[in-house]
Amino acid sequence: MRTTVKNIIAKYNNDKTRLMDILIDIQSQYGFIPEEAVEVVAEETVLSKVDVVQTLSFYHFLSQKPVGKYAVYLNDSVVANMKGRAEVAKAFEEEAGCKFGSVTSDGMIGLHNTACIGMSDQEPAAIINDVIFTNLTPLMVKEIVQKMKKGVTASEMIKLKGEGQNGSALINSMVFNNIRKSGPVIFAPYDGGSSLKKIIKMTPREVISEIKASNLRGRGGAGFPTGLKWDFCTKTPGPRYILCNADEGEPGTFKERVILTEVPKLLFEGMAIAAYAIDAKEGILYLRAEYKYLKAYLENTLQEMRDANQLGKNIEGKEGFDFDIRIQFGAGAYVCGEESALIESAEGKRGEPRNRPPFPVQKGYLDKPTVVNNVETLCTVVKIINHGAEWFTTMGSRESNGTKLLSVSGDCEFPGVYAIEWGMRVRDLLEMAGTENVQAVQIGGPSGICIGPKDFKRTISFEDIPTGGAIMIIGKERNLLKDVVLNYTNFFIDESCGSCVPCRAFTVLMRNTLKKIIDGKGVKSDLDNLVDWGNKMKIANRCGLGQTAAQPILTTIENFREKYVELLQEDTKYELGFDMEKAVAASCAYVDRIPNL
Amino acid sequence: MSNPIVATTSLAGCFGCHMSLLDIDERILQLIDLVEFNKSPIDDIKTFTKQCDIGLIEGGCCNSENVHVLKEFRKNCKILVSVGECAIMGGLPALRNGIPVQECIEEAYLNGPTVGNNTTRILPNDDELPMILDRVYPCHEIVKIDYHLPGCPPRADLIWEALVALVTGGELNLPYEVVKFD
Repeated sequence: MRTTVKNIIAKYNNDKTRLMDILIDIQSQYGFIPEEAVEVVAEETVLSKVDVVQTLSFYHFLSQKPVGKYAVYLNDSVVANMKGRAEVAKAFEEEAGCKFGSVTSDGMIGLHNTACIGMSDQEPAAIINDVIFTNLTPLMVKEIVQKMKKGVTASEMIKLKGEGQNGSALINSMVFNNIRKSGPVIFAPYDGGSSLKKIIKMTPREVISEIKASNLRGRGGAGFPTGLKWDFCTKTPGPRYILCNADEGEPGTFKERVILTEVPKLLFEGMAIAAYAIDAKEGILYLRAEYKYLKAYLENTLQEMRDANQLGKNIEGKEGFDFDIRIQFGAGAYVCGEESALIESAEGKRGEPRNRPPFPVQKGYLDKPTVVNNVETLCTVVKIINHGAEWFTTMGSRESNGTKLLSVSGDCEFPGVYAIEWGMRVRDLLEMAGTENVQAVQIGGPSGICIGPKDFKRTISFEDIPTGGAIMIIGKERNLLKDVVLNYTNFFIDESCGSCVPCRAFTVLMRNTLKKIIDGKGVKSDLDNLVDWGNKMKIANRCGLGQTAAQPILTTIENFREKYVELLQEDTKYELGFDMEKAVAASCAYVDRIPNL
Repeated sequence: MSNPIVATTSLAGCFGCHMSLLDIDERILQLIDLVEFNKSPIDDIKTFTKQCDIGLIEGGCCNSENVHVLKEFRKNCKILVSVGECAIMGGLPALRNGIPVQECIEEAYLNGPTVGNNTTRILPNDDELPMILDRVYPCHEIVKIDYHLPGCPPRADLIWEALVALVTGGELNLPYEVVKFD
């Protein structure tokens, strides 16, 4: 084992900043990261064992115990549950003979829950040994497990393939793109590499000015002006880096997966433009572990671009325009979508957000000035260069120029990706998606807002409802508090990095209070507490995750207060939900005594 | 007007908070002028004989009797104060939280190093005994608590100041040194 592990580490030049890659490779080699491997890694990279373990224990897809020869990660998101996840999970447990959270005694099959895997338009879905299985039914599960028992590999199980590039030899996947509305920007036809030919005739300043003139704002959700970010980055001496955030962890979003499948060259071209503008030589695509099935395809794409002189040395013949990209995989951590946590992770550490300032544009990757842009933002850059800033500003609303990709899922007839112009009314979007009897719409994922019909006249735009793109439609028949809000709150408990106390503690207190209300034991003061604590969360946490972790509860109290109030006990002023019968049951049973209540 | 009436109790605590209350030295003479004690280990009154104004609670709840007493206090006192770490957070007894109660009972009565000669493996299950709770609960998870006085134990000055403030309606001076412990 020592030799194998040493070889893996040598592949990354014993570089401790590549710890993520090293651990990911060891995990896929052994199905877990053995104690002995941890020791070797520590020795070879000159880290302490604790350093290695603290990184390894942070990530969901890295494990110190075997996860099974077939490791099944079944999505446990709200949408997955809407689409029949419970039956699928039951089928897995019955067929495999073990419960979720455990591995069969022969070590063959491991069943694990996981957060949204970016397949919300084709749920229930699971990842088995890096292969994606979508639209699962109990019958399919039966077949899959039978094949596992015969030793068929996960990729050999794929029969039906998705449309477009999903069916290509390098992806070979049953994932569907479901592009419902392709729009005039990202999915519009274009001439690959043409923007690079154009920018080499411009100065970097002119490129930045063009992006500034387009009013392009970051598509990740926060909406920071892209041109300004690039400009800030050039103020600090280099070397500088371009990082593309393809962590796409917000439950309900999947549009980046479709971009990476259909137009990856557009993204890499966008990264090259950004590199030219800020004079960066290296770029990193930080890709979530859930999309590992795209690895071979994306690496091949990068090679094709190097061969076409769109990456590498002297790009398009321009002397000194050198830029190349590597792919950095994550290992299952929502918080790594936060840019400073993403940088920490790309440096091989726990994905804990940094304090700001300094901002990444001043001190980012390896403490050097770094631009972190979203996938969609960088793709849009290419089209702006090709068609000009003016073309771009004709689309969208006053403060939000251009188009936005939305990932639409949940209770609707046409889930999938919609490219809309900013400023579209929620109502119109719902009509397009084929919906009726909508109870609520979750916009921007769990960290966004949950609105009801009275707000469907509002628009999707930075000036009204901003969003990174996840739209989840919740039908009338759903139990909003139990099926949606509770799931989201549990999600934030799992994904909190634990660094800020309010985020670590309030999430649990709020979940418990919410459960108390759902169980009919809540009183008015519980509701007041939820609002009070939720508002404290907004100001007392370091990063976006902590600041928005109370959003599912806060925005539903704001927009669906009656759903809480109807569950409260009217005549009780104070109720803590203490249940003596439950509290003494275990000890009485053990000492053989009838509880005397 | 008669003096305000105070009741005190020690639930799953070590009586350290009560000792700290006694640590107010000569001010104890002022105390008896200031308040009247009802149910309390201090005067050994076992049951409430009248409605009280202030209840001081030491210790959290580890068994059914603690819960019963705490609820009695809530019924009979206008204001309840959690005094000390155990009442507020469960304290040392709460170290068992997270360990299944069965294991705790085993350790205490069967396997622990201080278990003498329990060869017949008797576990206490008489109806007269309090029933053990699944975990140790802080008081505010059982009943409404109006105030919390931190410390292990809260220093005598803090208890004194708080009591005087409550009784006289004055403001409580809580300098940082009084509530920080490291």
